[in-house]
Amino acid sequence: MSKMHVKMTVNGKPVEGLAEPRTLLIHFLREELNLTGPHIGCDTSHCGACTVDLNGQSVKSCTMFVAQANGAEVTTIEGIAAPDGTLHALQEAFREHHGLQCGFCTPGMITRAYRLLQENPDPTEEEIRYGISGNLCRCTGYQNIVKAISAAASQLNASKEAAE
Amino acid sequence: MIPGAFDYHRPNSVGEAVKLLAELGDDARVLAGGHSLIPMMKLRMAMPEHIVDLQDIAELSGISESGGTITIGAMTRQAEIIGSEMLARQCPILREAALQIADPQVRNLGTIGGNVANGDPGNDMPAIMQALDATYLVEGSDGSREIAARDFYEAAYFTALKDGEVLTAVRFKTPPAGHGQAYEKQKRKIGDYATAAAAVVLTMDGGRCKTAAVALTNVADTPIFADAAGQALAGSGLEPAAVDAAVQAAEAAANPSADGRGPADFRKRVAGVMVRRAIAKAAERAA
Repeated sequence: MSKMHVKMTVNGKPVEGLAEPRTLLIHFLREELNLTGPHIGCDTSHCGACTVDLNGQSVKSCTMFVAQANGAEVTTIEGIAAPDGTLHALQEAFREHHGLQCGFCTPGMITRAYRLLQENPDPTEEEIRYGISGNLCRCTGYQNIVKAISAAASQLNASKEAAE
Repeated sequence: MIPGAFDYHRPNSVGEAVKLLAELGDDARVLAGGHSLIPMMKLRMAMPEHIVDLQDIAELSGISESGGTITIGAMTRQAEIIGSEMLARQCPILREAALQIADPQVRNLGTIGGNVANGDPGNDMPAIMQALDATYLVEGSDGSREIAARDFYEAAYFTALKDGEVLTAVRFKTPPAGHGQAYEKQKRKIGDYATAAAAVVLTMDGGRCKTAAVALTNVADTPIFADAAGQALAGSGLEPAAVDAAVQAAEAAANPSADGRGPADFRKRVAGVMVRRAIAKAAERAA
Protein backbone atom coordinates (compact mmCIF):
# COMPACT_ATOMS: atom_id res chain seq x y z
CA MET A 1 0.00 0.00 0.00
CA SER A 2 2.92 2.27 -0.65
CA LYS A 3 2.68 5.72 -2.14
CA MET A 4 2.96 6.08 -5.87
CA HIS A 5 4.61 8.70 -7.98
CA VAL A 6 1.93 10.71 -9.74
CA LYS A 7 2.51 13.04 -12.68
CA MET A 8 -0.05 15.14 -14.48
CA THR A 9 -0.50 18.46 -16.22
CA VAL A 10 -2.70 20.80 -14.23
CA ASN A 11 -3.77 24.12 -15.72
CA GLY A 12 -1.01 23.82 -18.28
CA LYS A 13 1.79 23.15 -15.81
CA PRO A 14 3.45 19.80 -15.20
CA VAL A 15 3.04 18.70 -11.60
CA GLU A 16 4.12 15.63 -9.70
CA GLY A 17 3.80 14.25 -6.25
CA LEU A 18 3.68 11.19 -4.05
CA ALA A 19 0.24 9.96 -3.13
CA GLU A 20 -1.49 6.84 -1.99
CA PRO A 21 -3.44 5.40 -4.94
CA ARG A 22 -6.64 5.68 -2.90
CA THR A 23 -6.29 9.46 -2.68
CA LEU A 24 -9.24 10.98 -4.48
CA LEU A 25 -8.36 13.40 -7.26
CA ILE A 26 -10.23 16.20 -5.47
CA HIS A 27 -8.09 15.71 -2.35
CA PHE A 28 -4.89 15.69 -4.39
CA LEU A 29 -5.89 18.92 -6.13
CA ARG A 30 -6.97 20.69 -2.97
CA GLU A 31 -4.50 19.40 -0.42
CA GLU A 32 -1.33 18.62 -2.42
CA LEU A 33 -1.59 21.29 -5.09
CA ASN A 34 -3.48 23.87 -3.02
CA LEU A 35 -6.04 24.29 -5.78
CA THR A 36 -9.04 24.91 -3.58
CA GLY A 37 -11.28 26.14 -6.40
CA PRO A 38 -12.92 22.77 -7.01
CA HIS A 39 -15.08 22.09 -3.95
CA ILE A 40 -16.18 19.01 -2.07
CA GLY A 41 -19.94 19.25 -1.83
CA CYS A 42 -21.90 16.03 -1.51
CA ASP A 43 -18.85 13.71 -1.84
CA THR A 44 -21.19 11.20 -3.52
CA SER A 45 -20.92 12.15 -7.25
CA HIS A 46 -24.23 13.98 -7.32
CA CYS A 47 -23.62 17.69 -6.84
CA GLY A 48 -20.84 18.48 -9.31
CA ALA A 49 -19.06 21.03 -7.08
CA CYS A 50 -15.84 19.04 -7.63
CA THR A 51 -16.13 19.11 -11.44
CA VAL A 52 -12.83 19.45 -13.28
CA ASP A 53 -11.84 19.00 -16.89
CA LEU A 54 -9.84 15.82 -17.45
CA ASN A 55 -8.40 15.06 -20.91
CA GLY A 56 -11.05 17.30 -22.46
CA GLN A 57 -14.04 15.94 -20.57
CA SER A 58 -15.94 17.08 -17.50
CA VAL A 59 -15.55 14.65 -14.60
CA LYS A 60 -16.38 14.60 -10.92
CA SER A 61 -13.05 14.57 -9.14
CA CYS A 62 -14.54 13.16 -5.92
CA THR A 63 -15.20 9.92 -7.79
CA MET A 64 -11.78 9.31 -9.26
CA PHE A 65 -8.62 8.00 -7.66
CA VAL A 66 -5.52 10.06 -8.24
CA ALA A 67 -3.99 6.88 -9.66
CA GLN A 68 -6.58 6.91 -12.46
CA ALA A 69 -5.65 10.49 -13.32
CA ASN A 70 -1.93 9.70 -13.50
CA GLY A 71 -0.69 11.10 -16.82
CA ALA A 72 -3.83 13.15 -17.44
CA GLU A 73 -4.34 16.78 -18.41
CA VAL A 74 -6.48 18.53 -15.84
CA THR A 75 -8.05 21.98 -15.88
CA THR A 76 -9.63 23.43 -12.76
CA ILE A 77 -11.46 26.72 -12.26
CA GLU A 78 -8.04 28.26 -11.50
CA GLY A 79 -7.01 27.58 -15.10
CA ILE A 80 -9.97 29.15 -16.83
CA ALA A 81 -9.16 32.87 -16.63
CA ALA A 82 -6.34 34.23 -18.83
CA PRO A 83 -2.85 34.16 -17.25
CA ASP A 84 -2.98 37.97 -16.82
CA GLY A 85 -6.11 37.60 -14.72
CA THR A 86 -8.62 38.66 -17.37
CA LEU A 87 -11.77 36.73 -16.62
CA HIS A 88 -13.15 34.17 -19.06
CA ALA A 89 -16.40 35.16 -20.80
CA LEU A 90 -18.24 32.66 -18.58
CA GLN A 91 -16.84 34.20 -15.40
CA GLU A 92 -17.80 37.69 -16.61
CA ALA A 93 -21.27 36.48 -17.55
CA PHE A 94 -21.85 34.82 -14.16
CA ARG A 95 -21.02 38.13 -12.51
CA GLU A 96 -23.04 40.20 -14.95
CA HIS A 97 -26.14 37.99 -14.80
CA HIS A 98 -25.99 37.22 -11.10
CA GLY A 99 -25.36 33.53 -11.81
CA LEU A 100 -24.26 32.92 -8.24
CA GLN A 101 -25.29 33.74 -4.74
CA CYS A 102 -23.27 31.87 -2.12
CA GLY A 103 -20.75 30.78 -4.78
CA PHE A 104 -20.17 27.26 -3.53
CA CYS A 105 -21.30 25.52 -6.72
CA THR A 106 -19.82 28.17 -9.02
CA PRO A 107 -16.35 26.67 -9.71
CA GLY A 108 -17.90 23.35 -10.73
CA MET A 109 -20.70 25.07 -12.61
CA ILE A 110 -18.32 27.24 -14.65
CA THR A 111 -15.85 24.41 -15.26
CA ARG A 112 -18.72 22.28 -16.57
CA ALA A 113 -20.11 25.14 -18.68
CA TYR A 114 -16.60 25.76 -20.07
CA ARG A 115 -16.58 22.25 -21.51
CA LEU A 116 -20.25 22.33 -22.50
CA LEU A 117 -19.65 25.38 -24.72
CA GLN A 118 -16.84 23.52 -26.46
CA GLU A 119 -19.04 20.49 -27.02
CA ASN A 120 -21.93 22.66 -28.17
CA PRO A 121 -20.96 26.30 -28.87
CA ASP A 122 -24.53 27.50 -29.43
CA PRO A 123 -26.77 25.58 -27.03
CA THR A 124 -30.50 26.13 -26.59
CA GLU A 125 -31.83 26.79 -23.10
CA GLU A 126 -32.92 23.15 -22.90
CA GLU A 127 -29.47 21.95 -23.94
CA ILE A 128 -27.85 24.15 -21.29
CA ARG A 129 -30.16 22.78 -18.61
CA TYR A 130 -29.48 19.21 -19.68
CA GLY A 131 -25.75 19.92 -20.03
CA ILE A 132 -25.43 21.18 -16.44
CA SER A 133 -27.78 18.57 -14.98
CA GLY A 134 -24.89 17.07 -13.05
CA ASN A 135 -24.31 20.32 -11.14
CA LEU A 136 -26.57 21.34 -8.29
CA CYS A 137 -27.14 24.90 -7.10
CA ARG A 138 -29.23 25.45 -3.99
CA CYS A 139 -29.39 29.27 -4.21
CA THR A 140 -30.19 30.58 -7.65
CA GLY A 141 -32.94 28.32 -8.97
CA TYR A 142 -30.68 28.00 -12.05
CA GLN A 143 -32.44 30.75 -14.01
CA ASN A 144 -29.55 33.17 -13.88
CA ILE A 145 -26.98 30.43 -14.38
CA VAL A 146 -28.70 29.46 -17.62
CA LYS A 147 -28.86 33.13 -18.65
CA ALA A 148 -25.16 33.57 -17.87
CA ILE A 149 -24.09 30.51 -19.88
CA SER A 150 -26.27 31.59 -22.78
CA ALA A 151 -24.82 35.12 -22.68
CA ALA A 152 -21.26 33.75 -22.53
CA ALA A 153 -22.00 31.55 -25.55
CA SER A 154 -23.17 34.58 -27.55
CA GLN A 155 -20.15 36.56 -26.43
CA LEU A 156 -17.70 33.79 -27.35
CA ASN A 157 -19.37 33.24 -30.73
CA ALA A 158 -19.31 36.98 -31.46
CA SER A 159 -15.59 37.24 -30.65
CA LYS A 160 -14.90 34.18 -32.77
CA GLU A 161 -16.72 35.74 -35.72
CA ALA A 162 -14.94 39.02 -35.23
CA ALA A 163 -11.62 37.19 -35.27
CA GLU A 164 -12.42 35.42 -38.55
CA MET B 1 -15.07 9.85 2.80
CA ILE B 2 -11.76 8.05 2.31
CA PRO B 3 -11.69 4.58 0.78
CA GLY B 4 -9.58 1.79 2.24
CA ALA B 5 -6.00 1.46 1.04
CA PHE B 6 -5.16 -0.68 -1.97
CA ASP B 7 -2.41 -1.41 -4.46
CA TYR B 8 -3.05 -0.07 -7.91
CA HIS B 9 -2.45 -1.94 -11.16
CA ARG B 10 -2.98 -0.69 -14.69
CA PRO B 11 -2.47 -3.53 -17.17
CA ASN B 12 -2.19 -2.96 -20.93
CA SER B 13 -3.93 -6.07 -22.19
CA VAL B 14 -6.80 -8.36 -21.26
CA GLY B 15 -4.30 -11.21 -20.93
CA GLU B 16 -2.28 -9.23 -18.42
CA ALA B 17 -5.41 -8.24 -16.48
CA VAL B 18 -6.60 -11.83 -16.26
CA LYS B 19 -3.15 -12.98 -15.13
CA LEU B 20 -3.10 -10.29 -12.44
CA LEU B 21 -6.55 -11.27 -11.21
CA ALA B 22 -5.50 -14.93 -11.01
CA GLU B 23 -2.40 -14.02 -8.98
CA LEU B 24 -4.12 -11.58 -6.66
CA GLY B 25 -7.14 -13.76 -5.96
CA ASP B 26 -10.36 -12.49 -4.45
CA ASP B 27 -8.73 -9.46 -2.80
CA ALA B 28 -8.67 -7.82 -6.22
CA ARG B 29 -11.40 -5.90 -8.00
CA VAL B 30 -11.58 -4.71 -11.57
CA LEU B 31 -12.08 -0.95 -12.02
CA ALA B 32 -13.83 0.32 -15.15
CA GLY B 33 -15.42 3.78 -14.94
CA GLY B 34 -15.48 3.57 -11.16
CA HIS B 35 -18.87 5.18 -10.67
CA SER B 36 -20.30 2.20 -8.82
CA LEU B 37 -17.15 0.81 -7.21
CA ILE B 38 -15.61 4.06 -5.93
CA PRO B 39 -18.76 5.20 -4.08
CA MET B 40 -18.96 1.71 -2.52
CA MET B 41 -15.30 1.96 -1.51
CA LYS B 42 -15.81 5.43 -0.03
CA LEU B 43 -18.57 3.95 2.13
CA ARG B 44 -16.22 1.03 2.98
CA MET B 45 -18.87 -1.34 1.71
CA ALA B 46 -16.13 -2.58 -0.62
CA MET B 47 -12.52 -2.78 0.56
CA PRO B 48 -10.47 -4.49 -2.15
CA GLU B 49 -6.73 -4.72 -1.50
CA HIS B 50 -5.91 -4.52 -5.18
CA ILE B 51 -7.48 -2.44 -7.92
CA VAL B 52 -6.96 -3.54 -11.51
CA ASP B 53 -7.78 -0.48 -13.63
CA LEU B 54 -8.76 -1.41 -17.20
CA GLN B 55 -8.46 2.09 -18.70
CA ASP B 56 -5.27 1.43 -20.70
CA ILE B 57 -6.57 -1.71 -22.41
CA ALA B 58 -7.30 -0.39 -25.90
CA GLU B 59 -8.86 -3.66 -27.08
CA LEU B 60 -11.69 -3.20 -24.55
CA SER B 61 -12.95 0.04 -26.12
CA GLY B 62 -14.95 0.64 -29.24
CA ILE B 63 -18.19 -0.02 -31.04
CA SER B 64 -18.27 -2.07 -34.23
CA GLU B 65 -20.69 -3.79 -36.54
CA SER B 66 -19.86 -6.64 -38.86
CA GLY B 67 -21.83 -9.47 -40.40
CA GLY B 68 -25.08 -8.44 -38.76
CA THR B 69 -23.59 -8.34 -35.26
CA ILE B 70 -22.89 -5.31 -33.08
CA THR B 71 -20.05 -5.56 -30.56
CA ILE B 72 -19.40 -2.98 -27.87
CA GLY B 73 -16.18 -3.20 -25.86
CA ALA B 74 -16.62 -3.25 -22.10
CA MET B 75 -14.68 -0.02 -21.50
CA THR B 76 -16.79 1.95 -23.97
CA ARG B 77 -18.10 4.96 -22.04
CA GLN B 78 -21.78 5.87 -21.94
CA ALA B 79 -20.85 9.16 -23.63
CA GLU B 80 -19.38 7.20 -26.55
CA ILE B 81 -22.57 5.19 -26.87
CA ILE B 82 -24.52 8.45 -27.02
CA GLY B 83 -22.13 9.79 -29.66
CA SER B 84 -22.16 6.72 -31.92
CA GLU B 85 -23.97 7.43 -35.20
CA MET B 86 -23.99 3.74 -36.07
CA LEU B 87 -25.82 2.88 -32.84
CA ALA B 88 -28.23 5.80 -33.24
CA ARG B 89 -29.13 4.35 -36.64
CA GLN B 90 -29.01 0.60 -35.96
CA CYS B 91 -29.93 0.27 -32.30
CA PRO B 92 -31.24 3.59 -30.99
CA ILE B 93 -32.47 2.18 -27.68
CA LEU B 94 -28.90 2.28 -26.37
CA ARG B 95 -28.55 6.00 -26.96
CA GLU B 96 -32.03 6.63 -25.62
CA ALA B 97 -31.21 4.77 -22.41
CA ALA B 98 -27.67 6.12 -21.99
CA LEU B 99 -29.02 9.67 -22.12
CA GLN B 100 -31.13 8.79 -19.07
CA ILE B 101 -28.23 7.45 -17.01
CA ALA B 102 -26.97 9.78 -14.28
CA ASP B 103 -25.52 13.04 -15.65
CA PRO B 104 -22.96 14.20 -18.25
CA GLN B 105 -19.92 13.92 -15.95
CA VAL B 106 -20.82 10.40 -14.85
CA ARG B 107 -21.49 9.32 -18.44
CA ASN B 108 -18.02 10.49 -19.46
CA LEU B 109 -16.53 7.80 -17.22
CA GLY B 110 -19.25 5.20 -16.72
CA THR B 111 -18.86 2.21 -19.05
CA ILE B 112 -21.21 -0.29 -20.65
CA GLY B 113 -19.16 -3.15 -19.19
CA GLY B 114 -19.34 -1.80 -15.67
CA ASN B 115 -23.04 -1.10 -16.03
CA VAL B 116 -23.88 -4.66 -17.07
CA ALA B 117 -21.28 -6.55 -15.00
CA ASN B 118 -21.83 -4.95 -11.62
CA GLY B 119 -25.18 -6.63 -11.08
CA ASP B 120 -26.78 -3.52 -9.58
CA PRO B 121 -30.54 -3.89 -10.22
CA GLY B 122 -30.76 -0.11 -10.65
CA ASN B 123 -28.49 -0.12 -13.70
CA ASP B 124 -30.30 0.44 -16.99
CA MET B 125 -28.29 -1.51 -19.56
CA PRO B 126 -28.90 -5.05 -18.23
CA ALA B 127 -32.63 -5.03 -19.07
CA ILE B 128 -31.86 -3.62 -22.50
CA MET B 129 -29.27 -6.34 -23.08
CA GLN B 130 -31.90 -8.91 -22.11
CA ALA B 131 -34.46 -7.39 -24.48
CA LEU B 132 -31.86 -7.48 -27.29
CA ASP B 133 -30.91 -11.05 -26.31
CA ALA B 134 -27.29 -9.94 -26.02
CA THR B 135 -24.34 -12.14 -25.14
CA TYR B 136 -21.58 -11.12 -22.76
CA LEU B 137 -18.03 -12.07 -23.69
CA VAL B 138 -15.97 -13.07 -20.70
CA GLU B 139 -12.26 -13.81 -20.34
CA GLY B 140 -10.69 -15.72 -17.48
CA SER B 141 -7.57 -17.71 -16.77
CA ASP B 142 -9.36 -20.82 -18.07
CA GLY B 143 -10.05 -19.11 -21.39
CA SER B 144 -12.99 -17.25 -22.81
CA ARG B 145 -16.69 -17.99 -22.66
CA GLU B 146 -19.99 -16.42 -23.56
CA ILE B 147 -22.92 -15.87 -21.23
CA ALA B 148 -26.42 -14.85 -22.36
CA ALA B 149 -27.60 -11.63 -20.72
CA ARG B 150 -30.82 -13.46 -19.89
CA ASP B 151 -28.85 -16.01 -17.82
CA PHE B 152 -26.31 -13.65 -16.27
CA TYR B 153 -28.08 -12.13 -13.27
CA GLU B 154 -28.56 -14.25 -10.15
CA ALA B 155 -29.35 -11.73 -7.38
CA ALA B 156 -28.41 -8.16 -6.52
CA TYR B 157 -24.64 -7.90 -7.21
CA PHE B 158 -24.43 -11.65 -7.87
CA THR B 159 -23.86 -12.67 -11.46
CA ALA B 160 -22.60 -15.62 -13.48
CA LEU B 161 -19.20 -13.92 -13.65
CA LYS B 162 -16.66 -15.97 -11.69
CA ASP B 163 -13.83 -14.61 -9.57
CA GLY B 164 -10.95 -13.67 -11.81
CA GLU B 165 -13.06 -13.23 -14.93
CA VAL B 166 -13.33 -9.98 -16.87
CA LEU B 167 -16.33 -9.08 -18.99
CA THR B 168 -14.71 -7.88 -22.23
CA ALA B 169 -17.63 -6.99 -24.52
CA VAL B 170 -21.35 -7.18 -25.14
CA ARG B 171 -22.56 -8.55 -28.47
CA PHE B 172 -25.98 -8.77 -30.08
CA LYS B 173 -27.56 -9.20 -33.50
CA THR B 174 -28.13 -5.96 -35.39
CA PRO B 175 -31.89 -5.44 -35.10
CA PRO B 176 -33.52 -6.22 -38.48
CA ALA B 177 -35.43 -3.87 -40.76
CA GLY B 178 -38.94 -3.23 -39.44
CA HIS B 179 -37.86 -3.26 -35.82
CA GLY B 180 -38.82 -0.69 -33.22
CA GLN B 181 -37.41 -0.22 -29.76
CA ALA B 182 -37.97 2.04 -26.79
CA TYR B 183 -36.71 2.51 -23.26
CA GLU B 184 -39.11 4.26 -20.91
CA LYS B 185 -37.79 5.22 -17.49
CA GLN B 186 -39.60 6.86 -14.62
CA LYS B 187 -37.23 8.57 -12.21
CA ARG B 188 -37.64 11.22 -9.55
CA LYS B 189 -34.80 13.40 -10.73
CA ILE B 190 -31.62 13.45 -12.81
CA GLY B 191 -29.14 11.00 -11.38
CA ASP B 192 -31.71 8.80 -9.68
CA TYR B 193 -32.23 5.15 -10.43
CA ALA B 194 -35.54 4.19 -12.00
CA THR B 195 -38.70 3.94 -9.96
CA ALA B 196 -39.35 1.47 -12.76
CA ALA B 197 -38.21 1.28 -16.39
CA ALA B 198 -39.05 -0.90 -19.37
CA ALA B 199 -37.20 -1.90 -22.52
CA VAL B 200 -39.28 -3.08 -25.47
CA VAL B 201 -37.81 -4.40 -28.72
CA LEU B 202 -40.24 -5.58 -31.39
CA THR B 203 -40.40 -6.31 -35.10
CA MET B 204 -43.48 -5.50 -37.14
CA ASP B 205 -44.56 -7.02 -40.43
CA GLY B 206 -47.58 -5.53 -42.20
CA GLY B 207 -49.25 -4.34 -38.99
CA ARG B 208 -48.60 -7.64 -37.15
CA CYS B 209 -46.07 -7.93 -34.38
CA LYS B 210 -43.67 -10.70 -35.43
CA THR B 211 -41.39 -10.79 -32.40
CA ALA B 212 -41.39 -8.88 -29.12
CA ALA B 213 -39.11 -8.79 -26.09
CA VAL B 214 -39.87 -6.93 -22.87
CA ALA B 215 -37.48 -6.41 -19.95
CA LEU B 216 -37.69 -4.36 -16.75
CA THR B 217 -35.21 -2.32 -14.69
CA ASN B 218 -35.12 -1.90 -10.90
CA VAL B 219 -38.31 -3.74 -9.99
CA ALA B 220 -36.63 -6.83 -8.51
CA ASP B 221 -33.17 -7.73 -7.25
CA THR B 222 -32.19 -8.53 -10.84
CA PRO B 223 -33.29 -7.16 -14.19
CA ILE B 224 -36.43 -9.00 -15.29
CA PHE B 225 -36.81 -10.54 -18.72
CA ALA B 226 -40.62 -10.61 -18.95
CA ASP B 227 -40.94 -13.47 -21.40
CA ALA B 228 -44.74 -13.77 -21.04
CA ALA B 229 -45.15 -10.07 -21.84
CA GLY B 230 -43.28 -10.48 -25.09
CA GLN B 231 -45.28 -13.57 -25.95
CA ALA B 232 -48.52 -11.68 -25.37
CA LEU B 233 -47.47 -9.24 -28.09
CA ALA B 234 -45.93 -11.63 -30.62
CA GLY B 235 -48.42 -12.59 -33.33
CA SER B 236 -50.88 -9.87 -32.31
CA GLY B 237 -51.75 -6.67 -34.11
CA LEU B 238 -50.88 -4.78 -30.89
CA GLU B 239 -54.60 -4.28 -30.31
CA PRO B 240 -55.64 -3.05 -26.83
CA ALA B 241 -56.32 -6.57 -25.51
CA ALA B 242 -52.82 -7.75 -26.46
CA VAL B 243 -51.17 -4.69 -24.96
CA ASP B 244 -53.22 -5.08 -21.76
CA ALA B 245 -52.15 -8.72 -21.55
CA ALA B 246 -48.49 -7.75 -21.97
CA VAL B 247 -48.75 -5.04 -19.32
CA GLN B 248 -50.37 -7.50 -16.90
CA ALA B 249 -47.71 -10.10 -17.59
CA ALA B 250 -44.95 -7.55 -16.98
CA GLU B 251 -46.54 -6.40 -13.73
CA ALA B 252 -46.83 -10.01 -12.62
CA ALA B 253 -43.13 -10.55 -13.33
CA ALA B 254 -42.10 -7.47 -11.36
CA ASN B 255 -41.28 -7.90 -7.70
CA PRO B 256 -40.16 -4.50 -6.42
CA SER B 257 -39.52 -3.63 -2.79
CA ALA B 258 -40.78 -0.47 -1.16
CA ASP B 259 -38.15 2.27 -1.02
CA GLY B 260 -37.87 6.05 -1.24
CA ARG B 261 -39.27 5.82 -4.75
CA GLY B 262 -42.59 4.49 -3.50
CA PRO B 263 -44.45 1.49 -2.09
CA ALA B 264 -44.05 -1.84 -3.86
CA ASP B 265 -47.52 -1.78 -5.45
CA PHE B 266 -46.93 1.68 -6.85
CA ARG B 267 -43.62 0.69 -8.40
CA LYS B 268 -45.21 -2.41 -9.92
CA ARG B 269 -47.90 -0.23 -11.51
CA VAL B 270 -45.27 2.22 -12.76
CA ALA B 271 -43.52 -0.74 -14.40
CA GLY B 272 -46.79 -1.52 -16.20
CA VAL B 273 -47.16 2.09 -17.33
CA MET B 274 -43.57 2.12 -18.60
CA VAL B 275 -44.23 -1.09 -20.57
CA ARG B 276 -47.38 0.37 -22.10
CA ARG B 277 -45.59 3.56 -23.16
CA ALA B 278 -42.58 1.66 -24.47
CA ILE B 279 -44.79 -0.63 -26.57
CA ALA B 280 -46.56 2.36 -28.13
CA LYS B 281 -43.30 4.12 -28.86
CA ALA B 282 -41.57 1.00 -30.23
CA ALA B 283 -44.56 0.24 -32.48
CA GLU B 284 -44.57 3.79 -33.81
CA ARG B 285 -40.86 3.60 -34.54
CA ALA B 286 -41.24 0.23 -36.25
CA ALA B 287 -43.85 1.65 -38.63
